[in-house]
Amino acid sequence: MKNKIYLSAIVIFLIFCFVIFYNGLNRSNVYTPKINQKQNLPKFEAKDFYSDKNITSEELFKEDIFYVVNIWASWCVPCRKEHKFLMELSKNENIKIIGLNYKDNLNNAKNFINELGNPYSKNLTDKNGLLSIEFGAYGVPETFIINKRKIIVNKFIGPINKKTLNQIRKIIK
Amino acid sequence: MLASQLGYYSLILGLIFSFILIFFATKELTSPSKRVDQNIIILSFLQLFFVVVSFLCLIFSFVNSDFSNETVFNNSHTAKPLFYKISGTWGNHEGSLLLWLLVLTLFIFLFIIKSNNQPKKYRILTLLFQQIIIVGFFLFLLVTSNPFNYLFPVPNEGLGLNPILQDPALAIHPPILYLGYVGSSIIFSASLAAVIQNYINSEWAKHIKKWVLISWIFLSIGIMLGSIWAYYELGWGGFWFWDPVENVSLMPWLTLTALLHCILVLERRLLLMSWVVILSIASFTLSMCGTFLVRSGILNSVHTFANDPARGIFILIFLFILIFLSLGIFFVFHNEKNKDSKNFFWLSKETTILLNNWFMMYFLSVVLIGTLYPIFLDVISSDKISVGPPFYHKLIVPFLAPFLIFMVFGSKLKWIKSEISNKNLLIIFFTISIIISFLVTKNFQVDLFLYTILIGTSLFLFFTTTVEFFNKKKILSQTVAHFGFSLFVLSILLNNITSSEVTTNMKVGERYKYDEGVIFFQKIEEKKESNFNSIVGHFKITNNRGDIFSLKPELRIYNQPIIVTSEADIKTTLLKDNFLVMNTVKGNEYFNIRYQVKPFMLWIWISVLLISFGGMISFLRVKNEK
Repeated sequence: MKNKIYLSAIVIFLIFCFVIFYNGLNRSNVYTPKINQKQNLPKFEAKDFYSDKNITSEELFKEDIFYVVNIWASWCVPCRKEHKFLMELSKNENIKIIGLNYKDNLNNAKNFINELGNPYSKNLTDKNGLLSIEFGAYGVPETFIINKRKIIVNKFIGPINKKTLNQIRKIIK
Repeated sequence: MLASQLGYYSLILGLIFSFILIFFATKELTSPSKRVDQNIIILSFLQLFFVVVSFLCLIFSFVNSDFSNETVFNNSHTAKPLFYKISGTWGNHEGSLLLWLLVLTLFIFLFIIKSNNQPKKYRILTLLFQQIIIVGFFLFLLVTSNPFNYLFPVPNEGLGLNPILQDPALAIHPPILYLGYVGSSIIFSASLAAVIQNYINSEWAKHIKKWVLISWIFLSIGIMLGSIWAYYELGWGGFWFWDPVENVSLMPWLTLTALLHCILVLERRLLLMSWVVILSIASFTLSMCGTFLVRSGILNSVHTFANDPARGIFILIFLFILIFLSLGIFFVFHNEKNKDSKNFFWLSKETTILLNNWFMMYFLSVVLIGTLYPIFLDVISSDKISVGPPFYHKLIVPFLAPFLIFMVFGSKLKWIKSEISNKNLLIIFFTISIIISFLVTKNFQVDLFLYTILIGTSLFLFFTTTVEFFNKKKILSQTVAHFGFSLFVLSILLNNITSSEVTTNMKVGERYKYDEGVIFFQKIEEKKESNFNSIVGHFKITNNRGDIFSLKPELRIYNQPIIVTSEADIKTTLLKDNFLVMNTVKGNEYFNIRYQVKPFMLWIWISVLLISFGGMISFLRVKNEK
C-alpha cells in the first residue's frame, strides 16, 4: 500500500516534469540583448555587385524610407533557407533591401541569385569581409533594419524565418 | 564522400546488430545452457566494430576537410591545425553523439567479456537493457542528427570550429567526460538486471564496484579538465561558475560518489540495497538528463550545439521511457527480504556512510533546484531568472563543516560496531586546527566565524588523514582520496580569501603602480599562425618583495569564423598563480588589463587528481583480488 502511494506520487511528479520540459523546449531561449544605444549607420564606400563601380553609403541610403541590409553568401547554407523570406519581404514597396555579398565567388553568387531570385534593390560586394565588420556582424546571414533617420534600429542574427519576418514588418510599419 | 557513405551504412549495420542481439539475447534467456552463447559475444564485437568504423570515417572526413559532409562543413576549416581537425570530430553535436554511441558499445562489449564468473541470466539481462539504450541512441543519431549528411553543391570552405573550443584541454575533455557519463549506463543496466534476478548482494557489489570506480574516476578527471579550461580560456579567473552545464556534470558525480560508498557497505553487509539501486538508476538518468539539458538548447551555454526542438523532444521522451522503465522494474521486482536483520549500530562505518549519502543528496538537491528552477519558472510564469553562485555558496558552504567532521570520524570507525579510539589525539588535533585557522583568518577581511570553522574543519581532516598515512592498517585508497578532499577544500578556501586583483587601462610604455608592486607594459608584438593572428602584450611585473617576472597575454583574431579571443598568460608556481589577461578598448590605443594573484590554484587541480588517484588505487586493488 505504502509503495503504491510512493509510486503514484513519483509518477505524477515525473509527468509534471515532463510537461514542463516539453513546454520549455518550445520556448525560444535565444535572448537577443536589447540594444539600448541605437547605432548610427557606418559611412563607407563599396563596390557594386554587378557594375563593379564604387558607391558611397550616402548615395545608397539617400531615400527617406526604411532600409534592410542583408549579409549573405552563396556558400552559406542557412542563406538558402532564408532567401524565400527575403523575396517575400521585397514585395513591400516601402522598403529597399540592400544585399552585402560576404566573401564570395562572384560567379557562384550570381548563380545563386539567378536560381532563387533577386530580392535586393542593390547588392554590394564585400570580398574581404571588412564591410560586414563595420556593421558589427557576427556571421552570415545577418540582417539589419535601418530607419528613416539612418540609424540601425534592429539586427537579426542568423537566418530570417516566418517569425522574424513578421517582426520586421512590424518595425517598418 | 566515400567515407561519409561508409560511415552512414556502418551506423545502420550497427543498429541492425542491436536488433539481432536483442533477438538472440531474449532467446538465450530461456535456453538451458549455463554459458553465454559465443554468438552473442561475436555480435557484440561486430556492433562495436561497425561503430568504430563509422567514427573513424567521421574523423577521416574531418582530417581530409571533406566539406560535402554537413557536419564537417559546419565545424571545420582547412586552415585549422590537424590536432583540432581531429578534436573537431567530437566538438559538435552529431560527432559527440557518435562518440557517446562508441563508448556505449565499447563498454557493453567489455562488460560481456569481463563478467564470465557472473550468473548467465544477469549478464544477458544487462546486455538487453544496454541494447535498449544503444538502440535509442542509434535512432536519435540516424533520425535527428545524422553526422553524415551530404551537401551539394560542395562548399569550398568550412565555417570553422568555435575558437574557444580550439584548446588542448578541451580537445580531450569530452571523451574523458563521456567515459564517465556513459560508464554509468553499465551500472544502470546491471543494477536493473540484478534487481530482476534478485542478485543485489555482496557478490554483485564486488563485481559492479570496478565499473562504478571507472565511471567515477573518468567523471572526476573530465570535470577537472573542463574546469581548467574555463580557468585559463574564459579569462574570468575563476574555475567554477555554477553554470548549468557544469552543474549537470556535477550531479551524476555526487550520486556516483554516494554510490561508491554504499557499494562498500553492500560488499560486507546486506544493507542499503535500495540506496544502491536508486543511486545506480539516478546516476545514469542524471547523465541523460544532462545530455538533454545541454543538447536540446533548453539552456544557453557554450555547450549548446543544437537549438533544434525536435532533438530535444526525442531525448526527452527517451529519457522518460528509461526513467519509467527503471521505476517500474524497481517497484515490481525489488524486495529486501534477505536484508541483514541486525540494524545499524549508531557508531559504525555504515552509519557514517548513510550520513554521507544524506549529505550528498542534500548537495544534489541544491544543485538540481538551482539548475532546473529557472526553467520551471520560465515555463510557468515567463519570468526569466538566473541562479548564480551566491545561491549555491549560501546553501552548500555551511554544510561543509559538519560534513568534514563526519569524514574524520567515518574513516576512523570500524564496520558493524565500533568505538572511537585515540579520543585525546583527535581533540588535540581539532583544537590545534581551530587555533591555526583562527590565526590565519583574522589577517583577512572575511567572515571570521565562518572561515575559522571551515578552514579549521578542513585542517582537522587534513591532519588526521596525514597521520593515517603512517598507520599500518590504513586503507590506502580511502586515505589518499580523503586527504585529497581535505586539500581540495583547503585550497579553495585559502584561494578565496587570499586572491587579489588589479584592473586598469594601460597603453604601451606605461607603468602602473598598485598596492603591491608595479606593472610595466613594455611592448606589443604581432604574430601569425595558420588559423589566427595574434597580438602579444609584453608585461613586466615587479612586486614589493622584489620578484620580477614577465607575462605575455595574447589577443587572438581567429580567421574562421572571425572571433577575437583573449588568452590569459598564467605563471604557475607551487604556491600561487599570476594571471594576466588583456582586452582591447574600442577605438583606443589603450588595453584593458586585469592582473590577478591567485594563491594555491595548482593545489586545487592536484587535489582533484589525488581524489581520482584514490579511486584508481581502489580499482587496481579490486582487479588484483580476483
